[in-house]
Amino acid sequence: MALPYLDMCGIHKRFGATVALNGVDFKVMAGEVHALVGENGAGKSTLMKVLSGVYPPDKGHMSLDGQPYQPRDPLEARRRGVGMIYQELTLAPHLTVEENILLGLEPATFGIIYQKQVRRTALAALERLGHPEIKPDRTVAELSISEQQIVEIARSLTLGCQALVFDEPTSTLNQQDTERLFEIITELKKQELAIVYISHFLEEVQSVADRVTVLRDGEVMGIRDAQATRSEDIVRLMVGREVSEMYPHSLRMRGKPVLEIRDLAGIAKPESASLTLHQGEVLGIAGLVGAGRTELLRVIFGLEPVRRGEIKIGIYMGPASPVKRWMQGVGFLSENRKDEGLILQMDLADNVTMTNLDHFGRWGLIRPRRQHTAAQKWIERLDIRCQGPTQRVEDISGGNQQKIALARLLEKDVDVFLLDEPTRGIDVAAKAKIYQIIDALTSSSTEPSQPPKAILMTSSYFPELLGVCDRIAVMCRGQLSSPRPVNELNEEILMRAATGQGE
Amino acid sequence: MNSSKMLRLLNRFGPFLALILVYAFFAFLNPRIVTFTALETIIQQSVIVGVAAIGMTLVIIAGGIDLSAGSIIAFGSVVVALLMESFGMNPFLAACGGIIAGLVWGMINGSLITRLRLVPFIVTLGTLLIVRGFAKGLSSSMPIDVGSTWLSDLLASLPADKRWQLIPPGGWLMIGLAVFVAGLLKYTRLGRHIFAVGSNEQTARLCGVAVERVKVVVYATAGAFSGLAGLMLMSYQEQGDPTGAVGLELEVIAAVVIGGGSLSGGEGSVFGSLIGAVIMTVIRTGCQLMGWPTWVTQIVTGGVIIIAVAVDRIRHRKLA
Repeated sequence: MALPYLDMCGIHKRFGATVALNGVDFKVMAGEVHALVGENGAGKSTLMKVLSGVYPPDKGHMSLDGQPYQPRDPLEARRRGVGMIYQELTLAPHLTVEENILLGLEPATFGIIYQKQVRRTALAALERLGHPEIKPDRTVAELSISEQQIVEIARSLTLGCQALVFDEPTSTLNQQDTERLFEIITELKKQELAIVYISHFLEEVQSVADRVTVLRDGEVMGIRDAQATRSEDIVRLMVGREVSEMYPHSLRMRGKPVLEIRDLAGIAKPESASLTLHQGEVLGIAGLVGAGRTELLRVIFGLEPVRRGEIKIGIYMGPASPVKRWMQGVGFLSENRKDEGLILQMDLADNVTMTNLDHFGRWGLIRPRRQHTAAQKWIERLDIRCQGPTQRVEDISGGNQQKIALARLLEKDVDVFLLDEPTRGIDVAAKAKIYQIIDALTSSSTEPSQPPKAILMTSSYFPELLGVCDRIAVMCRGQLSSPRPVNELNEEILMRAATGQGE
Repeated sequence: MNSSKMLRLLNRFGPFLALILVYAFFAFLNPRIVTFTALETIIQQSVIVGVAAIGMTLVIIAGGIDLSAGSIIAFGSVVVALLMESFGMNPFLAACGGIIAGLVWGMINGSLITRLRLVPFIVTLGTLLIVRGFAKGLSSSMPIDVGSTWLSDLLASLPADKRWQLIPPGGWLMIGLAVFVAGLLKYTRLGRHIFAVGSNEQTARLCGVAVERVKVVVYATAGAFSGLAGLMLMSYQEQGDPTGAVGLELEVIAAVVIGGGSLSGGEGSVFGSLIGAVIMTVIRTGCQLMGWPTWVTQIVTGGVIIIAVAVDRIRHRKLA
């Protein structure tokens, strides 16, 4: 058997207490398309970042074409011939196609560029990819996403890359462009390049890849022949984790509907989403990164424009700004705690009371003492570890920060909670606390005088949704399926629906 | 001609069209602005801002900003005057001294920005004060008068027998340098790399562009051009003035922005910037000819800057 072109052997990588990669072996032959699949957080991106020189591995070694390979940074990785094509393209938008393709490689004497040679080289690369119709003198910002991707591939080829990594390349492409990309990949395979293909969509993997390596929790679960293996078997390798006992589930009484959306569409995503959320219910939105879950919540909350469809919240019809949504009793928890969810430089009390400042003084004045009392209440109830209400948010841990973000919704006493990845990147204890809060809010037992709340939440982690929610709808490429009760669902069904495998 | 081609043409000649519009407006109000003397005055008064704007264009294309330009202009004028008057240096060497002084300040700006990884706005806000302080210290805060030499002719009105030259030598020097820098931007590796750094710094780094070196070169060049503008200032006023050119950096930045430069980087044109400088002078001269007070001039100039940037935004939305 021939030696692999790219060989990663026993790769370990840990970040603090988290083991991201635990002895991963990954080998790609020249002239092979090798798919890498796994759930969100399985370690795919970390492995590719090790490959492209973003992180050094803690342990393990890599070789490229039989030579030892230890890139110090992405530039060195590219120079050694490992090119990355990300879903977010990395071109210089103001430069032309040819300038981008030859950036850093311009043929020149005394600094003066040979324009003709630039043109020739760019054309040759585009022709090699079968796309000579892309004009080299066009500005990249004017090109379609699909054309930009081709320019990006052409750039890697011009540099002489013999190994190409495609990281979720189709998530921003339509069907036709996807097929065009597959033609290019097949062509590159014929030209004996070693190709790594990362995707969540198993049908894509089966149509373009030769072999599949499945990662889960930082370990290789198996290597399979892509064509000969049924997708159910791959899904089983990807999931298959026992659900832990951390999800409390009290008796919930489903009350009247509080949020109804019909055929809702945003500017790019979602394409179409319909659902009804009731009091005393936790409704989950499952799906993969980029499917449009976040956008759905943002459209509902008025952070992104509505393209089509209806939203009805309680008695209020139609779209509204975030200011109005807060007044209508809707609260939104951002997935991006650091940039959007919290103001890190301000203290806990200010962050908790931010949306509710009217209650802390009259005539536009604020009484800090009252803010502190309010914050102190939530610090105790949510078990937030901190020095007190005047500590700055950036000085407490991620899990406690998330509790502060959630406390803001509680302080405002909203009726509809839109929670976007409420437990992303926080420790287990904080997660458990947040599950408890969600359960307490929606169960009918706690405060008989108040009707239970309604919660719409997204998560990339299926066991969490299955544990916390009453019903789950799946978002796949902007299309939201109709919600189903959790007792009819399991991880495999969700994964299949999320990867476009249908039933 | 399709609409996207139209747009691109409009993009290229937008600032020029704006200049013609503004000029025609004032010519309509007062025909005296089309006389030879008025035209010469306009060029004369555009040169100082124009020369500095050539350098600022590079900085802004690379995604940065240089707030110290006005101070470096004053410093340059003081250095030239000092070298001639106190050290008796010949005018040419003194002129070079002023330009080199600007270059050194620019290198300091660039090094601070790249070595300490500080934001250009803050670094050059700091050097704005530091350079101004040194200019005042060197000259004991007093203007240094300079005897008449050929340097004084750089921006002087042309005598009758030299009318065939159309504009003073300083104006020709500015145009020549603009052609040179525009060529540098278009035909050299350095030029491409300046655009790449401003357009997408991470990609530029990934593709092997020496981002830090490009930045230092850009700020150093901008410093040198400010030094040259200082020489022009000295020549025009016949003195090195440590308190001159206060706030001039804002006019220089405005010229670049009116000329199509984008403060988020990746865009800008040397000729556009020169036209931007001329547009502001036309407004000032036009208002003066109309006998309007200075406050009107300021309001009109401010309005034009905002309109120029607003038009630029709309243009971008259409292209995207």
